[in-house]
Amino acid sequence: MFDPIKIREDFPILKRLIKNNPLVYLDSAATTQKPLHVIEAIEKYYRNNNANVHRGAYTLSEEATSLYEEARLKTAGFINSEMTESIIFTRNATEGINLVANSWGRANLKEGDEVLLTQMEHHSNLIPWQLITKEKGAKLKFIPLTPDGKLDLTNIHKLLNEKTKFVSVVHISNSLGTINPVEEIITLAHRLNIPVLLDASQSVPHRPVDVQSLDCDFLVFSGHKMLGPTGIGVLYGKYNLLDNMPPFMGGGEMINEVQLEWSDFRNLPWKYEAGTPHIAGAIGLGVAIDYLKNIGFENIQQHDKELVSYAMEVLTNLDGIEIYGPKDTRGSLVAFNLKGVHPHDVSTILDEDGIAIRAGHHCTQPIMRWLDVAATVRASFYLYNTKSDIDKLATGLKKVKEIFKRGS
Amino acid sequence: MAVSDLYSEIILEHYKEPHNVGELDCPEVFAKGYNESCGDDIKIYAQIKDGKVEEIKFKGKGCAISQSSASMMTDIMYGKTIDEAKEFIKQFKMKITGEEDFPSDSDEWFELSALKGVIKFPVRVKCASLSWHTLLQGIKEFENKNEQKR
Repeated sequence: MFDPIKIREDFPILKRLIKNNPLVYLDSAATTQKPLHVIEAIEKYYRNNNANVHRGAYTLSEEATSLYEEARLKTAGFINSEMTESIIFTRNATEGINLVANSWGRANLKEGDEVLLTQMEHHSNLIPWQLITKEKGAKLKFIPLTPDGKLDLTNIHKLLNEKTKFVSVVHISNSLGTINPVEEIITLAHRLNIPVLLDASQSVPHRPVDVQSLDCDFLVFSGHKMLGPTGIGVLYGKYNLLDNMPPFMGGGEMINEVQLEWSDFRNLPWKYEAGTPHIAGAIGLGVAIDYLKNIGFENIQQHDKELVSYAMEVLTNLDGIEIYGPKDTRGSLVAFNLKGVHPHDVSTILDEDGIAIRAGHHCTQPIMRWLDVAATVRASFYLYNTKSDIDKLATGLKKVKEIFKRGS
Repeated sequence: MAVSDLYSEIILEHYKEPHNVGELDCPEVFAKGYNESCGDDIKIYAQIKDGKVEEIKFKGKGCAISQSSASMMTDIMYGKTIDEAKEFIKQFKMKITGEEDFPSDSDEWFELSALKGVIKFPVRVKCASLSWHTLLQGIKEFENKNEQKR
């Protein structure tokens, strides 16, 4: 049975006191905390198996290689990739998008072409495309937003046209919580043979994501947002697309034969993994996948749903609060502002009670401009959060309001 | 130090009703400042007459700490010569980073010492310093322009 209180026992950091208060961690959309299983797996690797992969003909290297490739196999299973070779380990989702923009984009985009994004993209799915379209003389187009922060697909047929060469869309917004109709977008794009990349950084940790059923061409996510370590991310790509793209970075590990004037590159997935990879990170990610699978996504989704609807109820009942994003279904986060109080002040005051929330533009400055705010407060939840955390947040917000009532 | 002390009456008063908010046409000193960590911005405008700050205004978005600091800074700067302004900014920077104490017996520093709580909140030092850095940048550009004219 799913029991967040029991789950919390697996996360040592949740026992920490922050300024003499128990930590209330509400910033999992930025990064999640790590279960002991992941921490211990990384420690165990460095204590027992540490060696470089794919290089040494000795026991430790064979063990490290086997653990690293086992993590790739687990990752392929996790997102239901047909082929293990389609899983490229990167540093994070950002690197995955940069890889596609630089490799696929540089090889395929030309002057006059268009790349379609949405107005709600994280900077990581905006700036790589700004750079490559500028370089190639191509243009960016954006799916606009409805007033409640959903994608407005009314004019999608105009936006997706014969000039469109690539579509890159966030699955769940980290700033609004919007769950995008990516299936519909993929179907429409594929009618015109346009490949689609999904930024699944906020979806993969919370719901089952099946790349075959979605039929996305590329998908990226970060390990650290799903209980894994930082510095490890995943790029999934359809085999033929990845196989036909030029390498993104050159160096050791990604080559077959190197002459002084030319080189021959390895097959997938190693063609895209230049240099010594984050071996411990990949192993940690594999263990995080095991942990999540063991808990079960049905349980995680149900828990998310309960927490978000409770948070919406509790926060809506506070005076002077404005909540952003869809009012119905949303990812496991709530973004808001307290009237007359800047999010950084909210954050500083909540921190005094051990409550960690995010305040800022969340690397989505275009969304802040669209909302006409400098920044927002964001409370994001995961499997270790409880309704009591949300109650503490509400109490903290009342304290913020009390403090700001003074000086009137 | 309690967080409620950080948000003292003085700070909240300046935040809610900041002084010297606005723009100036053709200011001799102008600079834009930006806090990349939170997206807050500020614009500072000043008129210089006979080598002294005759008028100073600011406009921007920001937290209570940054807005009240900008409000107090503009109050203090009225009538100061360029060199006095630069020296005061230097003094403020040393105090807000904890290198020096805020003087307890100075009328000029009385209101500003409400910001001393920020020292205990290192991530907020940037907020308190934004307007000061921005004014200094504007003064330097003003001086460079004058240097080139000579």
